[in-house]
Amino acid sequence: MPSLKDLKNKITSIKNTRKITKAMQMVAAAKLRRAQEAAEAGRPYAERMNAVMAGLSASVGTSTSAPRLLAGTGEDKVHLLVVMTAERGLCGGFNSSIVRLARVKANELLAQGKTVKILTVGKKGREQLKRDLAAHMIGHVDLSDVKRVGYAQAQAIARDILTRFDAGEFDVATLFYNRFQSVISQIPTAQQVIPAKYDAADAGDAVALYDYEPSEEGILADLLPRGVATQVFTALLENGASEQGARMSAMDNATRNAGDMIDKYTTIYNRSRQAAITKELIEIISGAEAL
Amino acid sequence: MAATVQFDLVSPEKRLASFQAVEVQIPGTDGDMTAMAGHASTITTLRPGILKAVGSDQTQAFAVTGGFAEITAGGVSVLAEQAVAVADLSGTVLDQMIEQARELASVALPEDKDAAEKLVQDMMALRQHVNH
Repeated sequence: MPSLKDLKNKITSIKNTRKITKAMQMVAAAKLRRAQEAAEAGRPYAERMNAVMAGLSASVGTSTSAPRLLAGTGEDKVHLLVVMTAERGLCGGFNSSIVRLARVKANELLAQGKTVKILTVGKKGREQLKRDLAAHMIGHVDLSDVKRVGYAQAQAIARDILTRFDAGEFDVATLFYNRFQSVISQIPTAQQVIPAKYDAADAGDAVALYDYEPSEEGILADLLPRGVATQVFTALLENGASEQGARMSAMDNATRNAGDMIDKYTTIYNRSRQAAITKELIEIISGAEAL
Repeated sequence: MAATVQFDLVSPEKRLASFQAVEVQIPGTDGDMTAMAGHASTITTLRPGILKAVGSDQTQAFAVTGGFAEITAGGVSVLAEQAVAVADLSGTVLDQMIEQARELASVALPEDKDAAEKLVQDMMALRQHVNH
């Protein structure tokens, strides 16, 4: 049986923890709103981009002169996995779910005898993957100094990927990130960016009627690298919103658990206090009776 | 009143402008063009330059660094990689853009070198244009 003092200390400590988790939850809620706004602001650009790219790739994609970014290198041996996670923890299963998906994919590819290279964005993913896939990691992008992810960061990551592609380091590139669904649900997603896959359904019907200046191929060559940057940027934004959402619900749970624990320990504390009083009373009464 | 087109300018980070415009002057890769209502459907890439949209009651000009424009009979939507309203365009912003372009040019692969150099030159021309 812990002493009354121990119990009291424990309750105070849990109360402090609850204050912290509550504060973190509110900070995450504020950041989530901002992240969602950013994700929404980026949507028109990404949608337009995808529609135009889908139309272009539908008309050019089949020809032999199609750029390598669209048609691929013709091989399927070396896979680059770009694993995008958060820089910080305390956000529930957010980082683990991305890492789990990436790990499954990596093991699957390795089992097929393919080469896997991993580029991590965000510290947490690197830490988790380092344990068993350290030999495959070829690079890391650190965003811990970045307060608010902008297009510039996406461009830098895309440039890194494209430089490696031009150097012939890989054949297929896939992005791993969490797609924001709601505060309680984020969906780990794997998205192939090289060779580019555009859904023809996005294109609409009117695309074939466009004049292209300079030429379809010229535009495609100009736009494909931008398309990669746009996809990376979208992934970063989705990830940002997902991270805050996950942290918010994780901290909400933590706050509630702390409340439950405080109630439980307060009951135990009160019971022990009453037991102590009863015991003292019994001692006094039996002492008086003995006289 | 002249017929108008729906003009949208979006960058990856936000929507910068959206209004009815009478004409839109676009710095295309192959040369400047002006889109008005009823223009043939065209998709063109952009070079760094000034994009100007003239509406019936307002005129807005933006410096864009690249991207593409989608022109249809009833609308012009410009997807710019980076766009800054000319009113906010100070020397330092331009210098940063030029600096970035130079950096790109210095690391560009041999086959991309010409394009990167051209980007730098276009940027310089843009600065001169803005400073008059």
